[in-house]
Amino acid sequence: MLKIKNLYASVDGQEILKGINLEIKPGEVHAIMGPNGSGKSTLANVLAGKQEYEVTAGEVTFLGENLLDKAPETRAKDGLFLSFQYPVEIPGVPMANFIKTAVNEHRVHRGEKELTAGQFLKLMREKMELVEMKTKLTNRSVNEGFSGGEKKKNEIFQMAMLEPKLAILDETDSGLDIDALRTVANGVNALKSPETSSIVITHYQRLLDYIVPDFVHILYHGKIVKTAGKELALELEEKGYDWIKSEKGN
Amino acid sequence: MERKVEMEEQNKLLNDVTQADYKYGFVTDIETDIIEKGLNEDIIRLISKKKGEPEFMLNFRLAAFKKWEKMEMPDWAYLKIPPIDLQSISYYAAPKKQPKYESLDEVDPELLDTFNKLGIPVEEQKHLAGVAVDVVMDSVSVKTTFKETLAEKGIIFCSFSEAVKEHPELVKKYLGKAVPVSDNYFAALNSAVFSDGSFCYIPKGVRCPMELSTYFRINAANTGQFERTLIVADDDSYVSYLEGCTAPMRDENQLHAAVVEIITMDRAEVKYSTVQNWYPGNKEGVGGIYNFVTKRGVCRGVSSKISWTQVETGSAITWKYPSCILLGDNSVGEFNSVALTNNFQQADTGSKMIHIGKNTKSTIISKGISAGRSDNSYRGLVKVMPGAKNSRNFSQCDSLLLNDTCGAHTFPYIDVRNKSSIVEHEATTSKIGEDQIFYCNQRGIDTETAIGMIVNGYAKEVLNKLPMEFAVEAQKLLQLSLEGSVG
Amino acid sequence: MSVLVEKADLSLKYIAHYNKVKELLVKGSPDILNAQRKKAFQDFVMQGIPTNKNEKYKYTNLHPYFLPDFSFIHQREAQKTDPNAIFHCDVPQLDSYVKTTTNGWFNESKTEGDLPEGVILESLEKMMKEQPGLVEKYYAKIAKSNTDAMVALNTAFAKDGYFLYVPKNVVCEQPIQLINFLEAPENSFVTQRNLVILEQGADVKLILCDHTLNLNRYLCNSVTEIFVGENANLDYYTLQNQHNRTTNINSVFVQQERDSVVTSHTSSFHGGLIRNNMEFVLNGENAEANVFGMAFLDKKQHVDNFTQIIHKKPNGQSNQVYKNVLDDEATGAFSGLIHVVRDAQNTNAFQQNNNLLLSDTATMQTKPQLIIDADDVKCSHGATVGQIDEEALFYLRARGINEDKARLMMMNAFMHEVVRKISVEALRDRIDELVERRLNGEVAKCHECAYQCEV
Repeated sequence: MLKIKNLYASVDGQEILKGINLEIKPGEVHAIMGPNGSGKSTLANVLAGKQEYEVTAGEVTFLGENLLDKAPETRAKDGLFLSFQYPVEIPGVPMANFIKTAVNEHRVHRGEKELTAGQFLKLMREKMELVEMKTKLTNRSVNEGFSGGEKKKNEIFQMAMLEPKLAILDETDSGLDIDALRTVANGVNALKSPETSSIVITHYQRLLDYIVPDFVHILYHGKIVKTAGKELALELEEKGYDWIKSEKGN
Repeated sequence: MERKVEMEEQNKLLNDVTQADYKYGFVTDIETDIIEKGLNEDIIRLISKKKGEPEFMLNFRLAAFKKWEKMEMPDWAYLKIPPIDLQSISYYAAPKKQPKYESLDEVDPELLDTFNKLGIPVEEQKHLAGVAVDVVMDSVSVKTTFKETLAEKGIIFCSFSEAVKEHPELVKKYLGKAVPVSDNYFAALNSAVFSDGSFCYIPKGVRCPMELSTYFRINAANTGQFERTLIVADDDSYVSYLEGCTAPMRDENQLHAAVVEIITMDRAEVKYSTVQNWYPGNKEGVGGIYNFVTKRGVCRGVSSKISWTQVETGSAITWKYPSCILLGDNSVGEFNSVALTNNFQQADTGSKMIHIGKNTKSTIISKGISAGRSDNSYRGLVKVMPGAKNSRNFSQCDSLLLNDTCGAHTFPYIDVRNKSSIVEHEATTSKIGEDQIFYCNQRGIDTETAIGMIVNGYAKEVLNKLPMEFAVEAQKLLQLSLEGSVG
Repeated sequence: MSVLVEKADLSLKYIAHYNKVKELLVKGSPDILNAQRKKAFQDFVMQGIPTNKNEKYKYTNLHPYFLPDFSFIHQREAQKTDPNAIFHCDVPQLDSYVKTTTNGWFNESKTEGDLPEGVILESLEKMMKEQPGLVEKYYAKIAKSNTDAMVALNTAFAKDGYFLYVPKNVVCEQPIQLINFLEAPENSFVTQRNLVILEQGADVKLILCDHTLNLNRYLCNSVTEIFVGENANLDYYTLQNQHNRTTNINSVFVQQERDSVVTSHTSSFHGGLIRNNMEFVLNGENAEANVFGMAFLDKKQHVDNFTQIIHKKPNGQSNQVYKNVLDDEATGAFSGLIHVVRDAQNTNAFQQNNNLLLSDTATMQTKPQLIIDADDVKCSHGATVGQIDEEALFYLRARGINEDKARLMMMNAFMHEVVRKISVEALRDRIDELVERRLNGEVAKCHECAYQCEV
């Protein structure tokens, strides 16, 4: 599904990713862990196509096509979803209008008919239940005045609405209490299928209790320095990142 | 009912507190050489002659005078300026004993005493703080300390007159480049009649090892002070420059029309800090200095930076807009100001930021404090030219009112001419928090001290930008201008 | 010829014209108008046509707009067609009581429905004859000729306009709509003078629509005086949709008594030069003024919103929000003043001006000002000039919304803060739609005008 080959990227001339290699097959869940500043969010933003991030070398294919040439919206419509670490507030853009536009853009892209207002409302209600999101939130502007937990739920709600092929969850667990964490994880798991994959970016092991990864990668100084099964996360939790740092002599 | 009495008491206290006396109001008894009053071409030739100036300086003065004659006093500021008779002013006053001292011991003890009263520990600074001080008294530079130490680094720091004699090529090259002679009425006047001031040149790659400082004092009666400062920072250099001002108490108003020019080359940085404490007049609004000053810096080089920091507590009328012309790409301009007006003082002050180069940035932080029957205005211009792509400005102008007889006004002008720049301006006006005062009272702090504390806290953001020794002085000044107990 | 002479000549042209038509102006006009006319003309002679040397007109030099030779319409002309017959209202769903003016003259026309008893909506000229006492009490009382040359010129040339009177405690449920048409056979100079009086406790919603019906060049100089009595409530909506050869100088003066609430909302969709001069005097305690505006500018259009809110009495409140989107070589200006006088304690005043620049050739000049002479106040203002938030744009694109659409959504959102202040639902919905279409570039011409001109 996703192939990353020797990816280098920088922001404001500072190199953050220094040769990432990663392959994700359909149905797989990959966890990416690593200390602050190791490049986790940069990787997520590069894949989603954020402008400030400059890819200096390497290639990325998504569903067999070159990902890096595409506009952010095309990547999204191809089925790549990023759950933002800090979802931005957009005053004045009503949530319902926003998500309706997004859903219909996806549908048109797939050659399907746009949803009628009725169909859309039905779909929205269904998906909101999935993440236990309150109805009143869709009456507001995008993320405006949402609590930290509500913002994260909103991300998963949008993911449910858009049904991506590959979901990148960038620290979706940060700032969530244990109940919200479970709700969000349940939402993610409910969307899991043999055809869809996800990348879970996190600091802590606890999210991985709920979303069980097939692979755990440790990102350090812009490189994946260790890859193993889910047991790696536990080991990391126990030993801390210092272990990696001392191993890498840095 | 009780509440009302309380309020009255508080108002009375606030009144007392805000009517502090001027601490620096003494006349130094030094013999001065004053030329006859009045302004005409002959006077200008006389000033130039007395100073033994080369021809280019006389021409500069005469050109300025010709422009000035055709100009009118500006009236756009939110100020009530009584008519000023420029013909009744003497344009040159110098201490008679030509002060060429080898060490501070030779300095007139009266003068040293003056400095002590001013709270400028010249000697102490010399030994402890390592500040080089140029003292300008009635427009003539009295003494520049530390010259030799600076000379080793190639730094020139001397009186303007000296610079004209010893470095005419530098003066000729940069004089009037930031503030053209015809820039405005007061700048033109200054250009015609200025008698002295400071000159500073920092050569390429040199970080000035100490803070440079100038103290200005108007002493003689019926004189105007028209000093001129020129600072040039060459590529990759840095200097922090301090300026302090005081004047004796006199019933009549005195005019101070100074010009400060700063020019920074590639990657150079100049920090210019002012603590302005000219005599503000008495509680009835009699006397005080008219402070009409033109200060402007040009960030000529790429990635260069000019920052103005000012604490303004003095003067009867202040008319002053330290500005930055951001010519070089990636250059940065800053303006940080605290202006406190009390009794009948009037201030119209702020900054201009002109963005011309790409990726230029500017910040304006202005804190106004009004007390007594004063009027305190912020006036500023942020202009982003079409070529100044990706430029950024942020301005924050806050006003604090201490009673219901004063005024606080805000007049920002914003002009943006390209689509990639962002300009933001915010301003608030509010009363000093009664709940804050009460909170302090409840902790056993009297209202006087509480107001001082709150005002200092309010101004902190700006005070923090001042060099250490200056910050302490500025803090004291703010307190003094508000406290009733100090005479 | 020097510029100076040319400038003097320009004012002289209007002065000469006044002297030429003085007889005509005075003839048939009630004494109330004529009494003010002479004084106003003197005031105009003193001031002349403002250039940007005048601080009030710093961002709008009127000289070039007064240069063309205009014909004047000093007499009521017979109506050829009913403008309503060829004109489709911008707000079709709106159930309003409609009257029209043509070139500043109030049209006597049959209108469906009835106004509540005692409410008068009539020609100002007619009312001056029929109820001179009522008009005299208010006419030219707050629009001062000696401080604004355009008010002076209006008062010198004034003949007609609309007159609205709402008696004590009368509530008009149905909004009143006035459609102002410009339609003359040649380039014309139009003067319109309006007077609005709300007695104590009155409540009315007034919707004004400005339109051009043909391609001729127009200069429209209108003055409206509005008196809002104690506890009265006025909603005042202005929709400006005129072609690019129109100069619209619109001065509105509002005086509010205690406990009154006025909400003014100006939408400038289209026009060559628009100058909105809004002055609110909060003359009684606990009065509230809400002054909102938005403008869409492209090509070489120029919009200058000049507002002054004067808090004269304690416990007042004011809110100003103005937003502009500028494209091409358009120039926009905002000068807003909050003035709190010494005794107006406990005032809350707020002012905000936000602007989006879409091109490198557009210019925005803004000057938000505070003059505060009372201490127990909460006053603030903010101004921004910038672009669409890139973070938000990326968020939308990352959800599959294409860039153009995402930008449009963001611009809509930007304007929405102003649109949502409209309390008449049908109007709000319609303006929402107009905003979207305007931003989409669909309404680069006067919207739905029967002439469909492309200017």
